[in-house]
Amino acid sequence: MLIWLILIPVIAAALIGLLRTPGRLTAITAAAVMLVLGVGAILCSILCPECSKACLSTVCGTKIQFTLGLPFSKIMVLLALLVTLAATIGMKAPNKDAERSWSISSLLLSAGAIGAFMSDNIIAFYGFHELALIPTFIMIGCYGRGDRRSIAWTATVYLGLASMVLLAGLLLLCTQMNAWTFTALKTSVASGMPSTPCLIAGLLIVGFGTLVSLFPFHTWAAPAYASAPAPIAMLHAGVLKKFGLYGLFTLAEAFGSRCGELFGSWNNLLLLLLLGNILWVGYVTVSQTRLDDMLGNSSVMHMGYIFLAFAAVIADKGNNILAYQGAAVLMLAHGLTIAMLFLLTGQIESQTRTLELDSMGGLARKLPLLGFLFGLAGMASIGLPLLANFAGEYTIFVSCFANWKTGATAATAGCDVLTCCINWLNALPWGIGCVFTWMFNGISSGLSAIASVFGGLGAVQLTLVFALWGLVISAIYMLRAFRNIFESEIGHTSERATKLSCADIISAGFLALFIVLFGIAPQLLKPLMNLI
Amino acid sequence: MIQNLPWLFLVLPLLVAAIDWVIFHKCPKTAATLSILSALGTFALCIAYLTGWQTGTADIYTWMPTGSAATSLHLGLTMDELAMRMMLVVTGIGLLVHIFSIGYMKGDNSNLSRYFAGLSIFMFSMSTIVLADNLAMTFIGWEMVGFSSYLLIGHWFHKASAADAAKKAFITNRVGDFGFLLGILLTLGVFGTLTFDKMGTAAAGVAPCLLTVTVICLFCGAIGKSAQFPLHVWLPDAMEGPTPVSALIHAATMVAAGVYMMVRLQISMGTEVFTETARMVIATVGAITAVMAAIIATQQDDIKRVLAYSTLSQLGYMVMAVGLLAGEAAMFHLYTHAWFKALLFLGAGAVIVCCHHEQDIWKMGGLARRMPVTVLCFLMGTFALIAVPGFSGFFSKEAILDAAVVKHPTFFWIGVGVAVLTTFYMTRLCLVAFFGPARAHGAAEAREASPSMLLPLLALAVMAIISGYGFVADYLVPAKGFHAHGFHFGFTFYVSLGALVLGLLAAVVIYGFGKRSADPLSNNFISTALRKRLYIDAIYDKGLVGGLQQCGAHIIEFIDSALIRGLLVQGSAWLVRCIGVLLSRIQCGSLRAYSCVAGLGLLIIIVLIAL
Repeated sequence: MLIWLILIPVIAAALIGLLRTPGRLTAITAAAVMLVLGVGAILCSILCPECSKACLSTVCGTKIQFTLGLPFSKIMVLLALLVTLAATIGMKAPNKDAERSWSISSLLLSAGAIGAFMSDNIIAFYGFHELALIPTFIMIGCYGRGDRRSIAWTATVYLGLASMVLLAGLLLLCTQMNAWTFTALKTSVASGMPSTPCLIAGLLIVGFGTLVSLFPFHTWAAPAYASAPAPIAMLHAGVLKKFGLYGLFTLAEAFGSRCGELFGSWNNLLLLLLLGNILWVGYVTVSQTRLDDMLGNSSVMHMGYIFLAFAAVIADKGNNILAYQGAAVLMLAHGLTIAMLFLLTGQIESQTRTLELDSMGGLARKLPLLGFLFGLAGMASIGLPLLANFAGEYTIFVSCFANWKTGATAATAGCDVLTCCINWLNALPWGIGCVFTWMFNGISSGLSAIASVFGGLGAVQLTLVFALWGLVISAIYMLRAFRNIFESEIGHTSERATKLSCADIISAGFLALFIVLFGIAPQLLKPLMNLI
Repeated sequence: MIQNLPWLFLVLPLLVAAIDWVIFHKCPKTAATLSILSALGTFALCIAYLTGWQTGTADIYTWMPTGSAATSLHLGLTMDELAMRMMLVVTGIGLLVHIFSIGYMKGDNSNLSRYFAGLSIFMFSMSTIVLADNLAMTFIGWEMVGFSSYLLIGHWFHKASAADAAKKAFITNRVGDFGFLLGILLTLGVFGTLTFDKMGTAAAGVAPCLLTVTVICLFCGAIGKSAQFPLHVWLPDAMEGPTPVSALIHAATMVAAGVYMMVRLQISMGTEVFTETARMVIATVGAITAVMAAIIATQQDDIKRVLAYSTLSQLGYMVMAVGLLAGEAAMFHLYTHAWFKALLFLGAGAVIVCCHHEQDIWKMGGLARRMPVTVLCFLMGTFALIAVPGFSGFFSKEAILDAAVVKHPTFFWIGVGVAVLTTFYMTRLCLVAFFGPARAHGAAEAREASPSMLLPLLALAVMAIISGYGFVADYLVPAKGFHAHGFHFGFTFYVSLGALVLGLLAAVVIYGFGKRSADPLSNNFISTALRKRLYIDAIYDKGLVGGLQQCGAHIIEFIDSALIRGLLVQGSAWLVRCIGVLLSRIQCGSLRAYSCVAGLGLLIIIVLIAL
C-alpha cells in the first residue's frame, strides 16, 4: 500500500506530461489523495504497529521495501505530504507550459523524497534522493531567478560530488556490516562494528552534511533556494534537504548505544562546523539585502541546531531521547516554516515585483493578511513559543544539558579527528606550525576557561553556549526584513500590490495551521516517532 | 474538572486574542468587548481565589513527554500567595487599562481589533509568567510578553519610529534572553529540575562559582525584561506605543516581571544560592540603573519619556532590593509602583489626548484649571512616586531604604540620592505642565477627559493613596506573610523626608510655578548629554549595531563569498578545468606528436630493459 504514495505522484506527473492534463489541478488532486492515503497509513501504523510490518512491500521481484517503522519515517512523510499539497496549491507559474513543468517537477520531487523516507533498503534510500534531485536542477536551470545556469550547475556538481562521497560511505558501511537495510543493520550491530568506523563516519558526515549544507559545504544552498521557483524551493528546502539529517539520525538510532563508536571521533569537529552554520552563516544572513537570499541563508543557519541534536546524541552514546525528539520536531517545524516563507516570498514578489529589502515598505497596510502570515512564519522561524519551531529548538537545548553533571569535562575519543587536524597543522614546517600552535593554545585555553567558569562544561554544552547567540542573530535579520517589507511608509513598490488570491491564502493558511497546532501541542508528534 | 478552572487565566485571554484577530478583525467593537470581558473574567476569578475559594490542585499538562520526569517538559500552575496577589495586580491594572483604551483609542483609524488582540495576548503571556510552576514555562511567557510588547509598541507601524522601537525592544530583550536561557539550562544541570517547588534541596555540594554564574545568567533575563543597565535602551523608545500600553506593559507589569522572577527564584532556590558576588552584581546593576535613569529624567521634555525614565529608575530600586536579599521590600515596591505608575501613565495619556496628541511638557501649561480631575489624579500618583509621607510609595520606599541601611549603607545613600532626583524631576514635570499659562494652542483648548478615561484614573488614584497601608497591603502585597509597618519615625524617615524637601525646593526655585517658557537648565554641555541619553543609544547604534555587527557581518559575508564560494568552490572548478585543458592538449590529434611520444616511450623501455 505504501508504494502508492510514490506511484500516485509519478502517475500524475505522467498524466500531465503525456496526456497534457491541466498541470496544477492534477497536481493538487494527486497531492490531496496522497495526503489522505499517507495520513491513513501513518494512523494505521501507529494504531497497530504489527500491521505496519505488513506494509512492507516488494516491487517487481526486487527487494525495495517500504516501511513507516523507522524512527523518523512517519514524521518526515507527513512533512513531505503537507508541503507538497501547500506547494501545489500555492503554485504561481508564469504560463501554462511552465505550470505543467512545475507541477511535474514538484510531484517527482515529492515522490523521490517520500520514497527515500520510506525505504528500508539503504541503496533505495539513496537512489530515491538522487531521483528527487534531478527536477530541482532542471527547474533552477530553466525557471530560476538571477544567474540561473551557473547556480544550477554549481548545485549539480556540488551535490553530485556529495552523493558520490555518500555512496562510498554507505557502500563501505553496508559491505563491512553485511547488512543492506536499516533494520538488518540494527540487528547486525550486536555482532560487530565496521572495521574502519572513522573513515565511514567521515564519508557519511561529509556526504550527508553537504546535502544538508553543513558549513563549509553550504555555499550551494542559499543561491539555489533563492533562485528556484517557489514550489521547488519549498519542497527542497523544506523537505528534501532533511534527507541528510534523516539519514544520520536513522543510522545513529540503528547503531543504538554504539553510535558513539562510529561517529564519536568526528563529534568535536562536527561541533565546530555546526557553530559555523549558526554563527558564521548567521552573520552572512544578517548582511543579505534581498529577501530570497536572506531566507536561503537562514535555512542553512537553522540546520546547525539539528546538527547540534545529532552531536548531543553521539556525545551521550545514543542515550539521549530528548535530542532525537527535538530534532524530529525541529525538522518538521523548520520544513513547514521555511516552506511557508518561500511560498510567501513568491507571493510578495508577484505583488511588488521586487525582493530588494530596501525598496519595499508598508506592504502590511496594503495587504494586512500577507503581513500577518509572513509575521507568523517569521516569528515561528525565530523560535517564538506556541509555534512549532520553539518546541523543537527548546527540546534540543534541554537535551544538550539532559545528561550533564557539574564538574564533568569533555570526554575525548581515542582518535579525535579535530585533534588530528590540529596536530597536523601544528606539524607544518616553516614556522606556520608555530603560529597555529600559538593560536590553538590561546583558543583552547580561552574555551576551557569559559567551560570552567560554568562549572566544567563538556564540548556539547560549550558549543550550546555559543549556539544560543543564534537566537539573537535570527531575531535581528527576521525582524529587520519584516520591518523593511511590511512596516513604515508605503514604498513605491508596495503601491503596486493588489490583492491576494484565494489559493494564496489557502496554501499559506494550511501551513500556518500546522505550525500553530504543533507549536501548541508538540506532544501530538510523540506517537509519530518510533523511539524507545 | 473544577480543579482545572485556574487554567482559564491562560486559556481565556489566548482564545479571545485568537478570536479577535482571526474572526473579528473587521469588528473592533466586538473585539474590544470580548477583550474587556476576558480581562473582567480573569480579574473576578483572581478575586475569588484571593478570598479563599478553593478548587484543588490543577492538572499538569505534559507538553513534551520524555522518558525521565526531570527533563520532561510540562506546564503547571503555582497558586501560592506570591502568584495570586501578583495576578491581582496584573488583572486589576489590565482591566482598567482595557477600559481606558476605549476612550484613548476613540477616533484612531488603525486596526483596533489587532490592538485588543495584542492586549489579550499580553494578558495571557503575563499570566503565564506569574503562574508558571517551572522555569521552562516562565520562559514561554517571557518570550510571549516580548512578542506582545513588540506587537503593541509597533501598533502604529506606519510610523518608522514605532516600527524601529518595536524591533529594538524585541532584539534587546532577546539579548537578555540569551543569558536567561543559558541560566535555565544551568539550573537544570545544577538542580536537576526546573520546577520551582523541587529546587530547594539540590544545591548542596555545588561549587559557589557555578551558582554565581547560574544566578547571574538568570538575572540576564531580568536585565533585558526589566530594562536594567546596559539593556535599558529599549524602554524609553517603547513609548512610541499607545499610552495605555505603556501604562500596562512598560510601567506596571511586564517590566516588573524580572523582579518577580528573581524573587520567585530566591524563594524556591533559597537565598544561600545567591552568593555574595551574585548579590553585589545584582544590587550594583540596580543602583546604576536607578541613578542613571533619574539623572536623565531631569532633562526630558516629553511627558512619557520622563515617566519612562522614572520607571527605569524605580525598577533599578527594586532590583537593588533583590540584590540586597530584601525580596519582600522589592515586591512591596513593585506592587505600589504598579498602581501609581499606571495612574501616572494613564493620566499622561489623558493629558496627551486632551492636548491633541501633544507630548512636550513645554507646550502644555495651565492644565490644572482646564482638566482638574485628571490633574488631581496625576498629582496623587506623583505624591506616591516622590514618597510624600502617607502615600503608598512612601511606605514601600521606606521598606527598601530600611533594608539597605541594615545590609549595605552605600546602597542606602544611593537610594536617598535617587529619591532627591525623583522628587526634582516629577515636581518639574507637574509645575511646567499643569501650572502657569498655556504655552500652546492644544493646551489652551484642553478639556476634561471622557468618563471611560476618568473612571480608571480615579480607581488607580485611590489605590495610589491607600495601597501602602496595612489594611490593604497585608492582603494584597505579593509576598508571603507580608506585614506593612506603617509610620516609623527613625533615621530613615528623617533622611527621606529631607530628600523630599530638598528635591521639592530645588524644583520650585528653578522652575517657579510654571511661569517660565523654557528650561533654565538647558543649553549647556550636561543638559545636552542628558537629552542625548548620555550618548548610550548613539554608541549602541553607531558602535555596536552599525559598526561592529554590520561591519562584522559584511566581512564574514565577504570571506564567505570570496574564500569559500570563490577560492575553494570556484577554485576547484577552475583546477578541474585546467587539468582538463592540459589533458586535452595531449590528445591533439597530430600523428607526428603521437609517433614522437611513442618513439620516446619505446626508447625508455629499451633503456630500462638494457639496464
